[in-house]
Formats: sequence, structure tokens, C-alpha cells
Amino acid sequence: MALGLHKSEVKNPLLRWVDERLPVITMIQKEYGTFPTPRNFNYFWNFGALAMINLMIMIATGIFLAMHYQPNTLMAFDSVERIMRDVNYGWLIRYVHMNGASMFFIVVYIHIFRGLYYGSYKAPRELLWMLGVTIFLLMMATAFMGYVLPWGQMSLWGAVVITNLFSAFPVVGDFIVTLLWGGFSVDNPTLTRFFALHYLMPFMIVGVVFLHVAALHITGSNNPLGVEPKGPQDTIPFHPYYTIKDTVGIVVYLMVFAALVFFSPNYLGHPDNYIPANPLSTPAHIVPEWYFLPYYAILRAVPDKLGGVILMFSSILVWFAVPWLDSSKVRSMNFRPVARIFFLLWCISFGVLMYCGGKPAEEPFVTISRIATAYYFAYFLVVLPLLGRFERPMPLPESISRAVLGIKAMGGGPLPAGAAAKPMEKA
Amino acid sequence: MKRFLKITALAGAILLAAGPSGQAAGEAQHPRDGGFSFANLFGTFDRASAQRGFQVYKEVCANCHSMRLLSYRNLVELGLSEAEVRAIAATFTVTDGPNDEGAMFERPARLSDRFRSPFANDAAARTANNGALPPDLSVIVKARHDGANYLYSLLTGYGQEPPAGVTIGDGMNYNPYYPGGQIAMGQVLNDDQIEYTDGTNASADQMARDVTTFLAWASEPETEERRRMGIRVLVFLAIAGLLAYGVKRKIWAELKTKSA
Repeated sequence: MALGLHKSEVKNPLLRWVDERLPVITMIQKEYGTFPTPRNFNYFWNFGALAMINLMIMIATGIFLAMHYQPNTLMAFDSVERIMRDVNYGWLIRYVHMNGASMFFIVVYIHIFRGLYYGSYKAPRELLWMLGVTIFLLMMATAFMGYVLPWGQMSLWGAVVITNLFSAFPVVGDFIVTLLWGGFSVDNPTLTRFFALHYLMPFMIVGVVFLHVAALHITGSNNPLGVEPKGPQDTIPFHPYYTIKDTVGIVVYLMVFAALVFFSPNYLGHPDNYIPANPLSTPAHIVPEWYFLPYYAILRAVPDKLGGVILMFSSILVWFAVPWLDSSKVRSMNFRPVARIFFLLWCISFGVLMYCGGKPAEEPFVTISRIATAYYFAYFLVVLPLLGRFERPMPLPESISRAVLGIKAMGGGPLPAGAAAKPMEKA
Repeated sequence: MKRFLKITALAGAILLAAGPSGQAAGEAQHPRDGGFSFANLFGTFDRASAQRGFQVYKEVCANCHSMRLLSYRNLVELGLSEAEVRAIAATFTVTDGPNDEGAMFERPARLSDRFRSPFANDAAARTANNGALPPDLSVIVKARHDGANYLYSLLTGYGQEPPAGVTIGDGMNYNPYYPGGQIAMGQVLNDDQIEYTDGTNASADQMARDVTTFLAWASEPETEERRRMGIRVLVFLAIAGLLAYGVKRKIWAELKTKSA
């Protein structure tokens, strides 16, 4: 392509002048205006946009909190309470940020659930999926460090437990732990570096989100049928159809968010975190935030420390391999009745682990955690690789428009009902 | 998919009902329900009760427990006039300084001063209390599970015989609502121990109720404003949601006729 001004179709002369030199308006029009999108999304396809909104809310509230927060072990707890009491609408900003973390995980868990159920990770979207897993890992690190900042009892003791996990690694373990602590215990240097990193990492997330969205706009979206669009009859422009559908989702999401913030802001937190951190007094039960409970249960299900740590990290790292572990060519589980049952069991195992993670490490919870952990991994390492070879998926629709609009709407002539669906050919 | 969702939602609901933080049952007795006005989702603080509660705190609790995050000016939010609060503050002496000559000096407290703490530091507090540290009460209701009911139950839970086989340590007291059942704090609220300025009968139960209301307000003074704003936000969002859904239906209806 020859160098020179971009051929802009923008009418407004000022905007046109800009667009000719930096075609951002053309880009937005292409990627969010006319962008061809499968016509059959259900409301599960809202959650990517919701996660984006949530990220922006977290960054906006976080910047205002950072203006008033003191990252010092002597002042952190009181500075947070000062935000709650004396900063104008400080309670609102903090409760939005605090519950925003929970909302972020709820939204992202549903987004991941959507991806796993509808096979959004399968070719050609493997890299898109892996970037998503990367975002999730960054989110976990950010959330963990953020929880340390108020410097309550759970902040301190959560930090002690989690940072100590790294000491399980042979040779480099102690070095890593000292590096995380900035000393020889969780103390002021730990708090200051966690604050710095907690401020940095959201912007790293923004960077990976950009790549995630860029990759999405190369392959295009998956859809509930898991059948690729075959032509313009299968797609609709993103705007106005999905901008308005996302708006509906955003309002519902904000209502759930508001209900939490305004009427039960501490429901998802732990009361112990309103006790100032005290290195001399260990809480009776150290529990992480609810969204980390499944991994905490996996950690405690293993009698060996290093084994537990490895299994805990593997429980997320295994997601990276899912595109290659799943041998089925059929994306959507709408057409995989057997896979659906195994996936439902996986969701239950995840929920059971979340429940057990909040309970003390004693029987029967340890045994239950072990069974659930075993199934959690078996789903990825045994069920997904083998099931694609043995199951008989239901026949896939020929195209999205046929499935959505029916035969008459296509003007395709009098076809018998069964002919619309072509049986899945075994690969 | 629909049935799948139903099952997942059901499993989620069961988990949610089980509680998010998975509070261990522990050994403490479940607190009694105090039936507080603010416990309701849209509830408010009983101002008269909270003011009496401040009196209980000032005359009883403050001998051992600090509330270092509160300032005297905050009491205006309880419905006391500024002049009244100024007068209350002036009854306390605080250390200020250094002055021009570099010396610390004492003066009556002002509206802007934090509540005076009973002890200079934790060590002094422990020495005066048989080795136990009376916790700061600024956020105590947020810092305990089911905080208000717990405090109310704890304060009125004394005077029961410990179950057979439980030996109470030296200088300790039995209270079934306290984790472990042994608490260093003795029974501090007794009938007619103080004289309420508004003439209310100062039974131990009344005082426990009042001081709990005061402490609940102190822990979350924004509660009423938060709930008021929440109702407005939810009403706004409900209307916005109906509008958005209507627009969505209209836009998508056009799509269906176009492609038919």
C-alpha cells in the first residue's frame, strides 16, 4: 500500500482531517460499527463487554483510592477507614472497588464458563483463549495484592500463607520468598511493593485485554451453535444490534453490583479484615477471598506442600492446554449431550471445591476436596481427550441462518424438516 | 442448555446459601437476634437509642476501650447539636503540642479531636487489665460475624453457669457467646448502673441494646446515606433497564422483518 493520507469516508471535515492522518474513526467504524457478528448470540455473550466495563470501573475507583491511601503498615488500616469516614463519598468509592473485585471474578467466571461450554477455545481461537487465561492469572495476582492493602488480619495472614507457598520450590524457593517480602517477614517493604504492583498490574491487564480483543477481531466470535458464519446471511453488524444487547446486559449487571455495594457491601468479605493486622496473633481460620477458595481447597487436598503448590498452579495452567486436550471437533456442547454431563460435573466439582476451601482443613472436607480435585483434573486430562473419540454428537445445523430463521425465511423451497440439519461427519 | 442452566443455578444457590466465607462453626453459641432497627435492609439507626448508647460507652466502656477512629465532631451526626457536642468534648482533657517553647500541654478537647483513648499504649492497657487487651471499638460491629447481634448477646450473656467439665481460668469469665467461652472482660452492665439523661429505665438489657446501636453506627456511619442512595440508584437502573430492553426489542424486530 502506498504511503500517504488514508482514504477516509468521514463527512465532518475536522474529523475527516484527523481520520486521514490517523484512521481511528475508520477503525472504530470497522471494528465496532459494521463488524460482522454472528446473529445468534445469547446473553452469555455479554460477559466480555461486562468484564471490560468492570476493568474500567476498577481502574477509575482505584486511582481515586490511591490518592488517599497510605501504603505503610502503621497507617494503612486507618487510612482506609479515613476514606470510609472523611473522604467525600469515600465509602462509595471503596465499596465499589472492593465489591468490584468480586463482581469482576463473577463476570469472568461466567465468561470462562461460556468459553468452556460453547468450545470457544477451539481452533482457530486457541491464542484468543490463552490470552484470556493470561488475563485471569494477572487478575488473580492483582486481586491478591489488593486484598493485602487494607492491612487487616486477613490481609496480613493471607499474604503470609500465599507468599510462603513459594518456599516449597526447591533451591530458588527461599530466594523468591525473600524477594516477595522485601525482607524476612511480611512487613512494611512487602506492603509498599504490593501497592506498587497492585497499581501496575491493571495496566498490564489492559495491555493483554487489547491483544485479546485484537485476536477476537481476527477470528471473529464463536456463537451458541459453534458453527462458523458461512456468509452475510449468518451475521449482523455489531452496531446497533449488539451495542444495544450489551447495554441491556450492562444495566442488569450494574443492578446486581449496586445491590451488593449499597445493601450488603461486606457480605462477600471477611469480618476479620476489620481487625488491624497483628503479626503476634494468628486468626483461628485463615481463608482467602471467595474467588480463590477452589484453588485453596486444591492446595490443601494434597498432603505434600510442594505437591499441593504444583497442583494448585496446574489447576489454572491446564486451561492453557484445553484447546489441544479436547479432541472433539464439535464446539458447542448443545450438540454434545454426553460432554454436557461431564461438564456439569466439572462445574459441580468447582463449586464443591469453593465450598470446601472455606471450611477448616479437617474431615470430611479433606476427602471431599480430594475427590473433587481428582475430577477437576480428570475432566481436562482424561474426559476431554477421550470423549471426542467415542461420543456421537447430535447433527449440526447447516448454517446459523438456517438454524435461527428456519427454512421458510431462507426462501430455500420446500425441504423436509430433517434435511436442514446435516449429520456431523466424524473427523 | 436451559436445563443445564437450571441445574447450575440450583447448585450455585445452594453454595451461596452455605455462606461465602465459610465461617467455621467454632465453639461459640450462635448470637441471639437483637431485632435492631438498622438490621433491616432499609433500616435506620434509632437516634435516641444511639445517643443513650454513647452515654453508656462514655460512662462504662470508655474506661477500658478506645474508639480511636472517631472524632467528637462525628457525634453531631447522631442528632446532638454542635453546642452539646462542644460541651461533651470540653469535658475531656487531651495532650497537645509542642507549643512555641517546645513543651507539650494539656487542653480541653475540641470538635476536631479524636476520642480520647483510656490508655497511652497497648502495654499500659494490658497491665491494667490482667494481661488482656481491650479491643478498639471503632469498627467492632464490622469486625465480628453478625456483629450487632453478637455484641448484644455477649453483653447480656453473663451470669450463666459454665457447662460441666469446663473450668474457667483465673480472672476469666464464662460467656457462651465468646469463642472458647472464656472472656477476660467481666459483666460490666448491671441494672440501673447509670442514669440516662432522657429518663429511660437503664436496665442491663436496655444499655446493651443502646450501646450496640451506638457502636453499629460508629462502625458504619454511612449506612443510612448508603441505603438511601442505593434505592435511588436501583430505581434509576430499573427504568434505564426497561428503556434499554424496549429499544433492544425494537431494533431486533426490524432485523427479523428485514431478513425474512
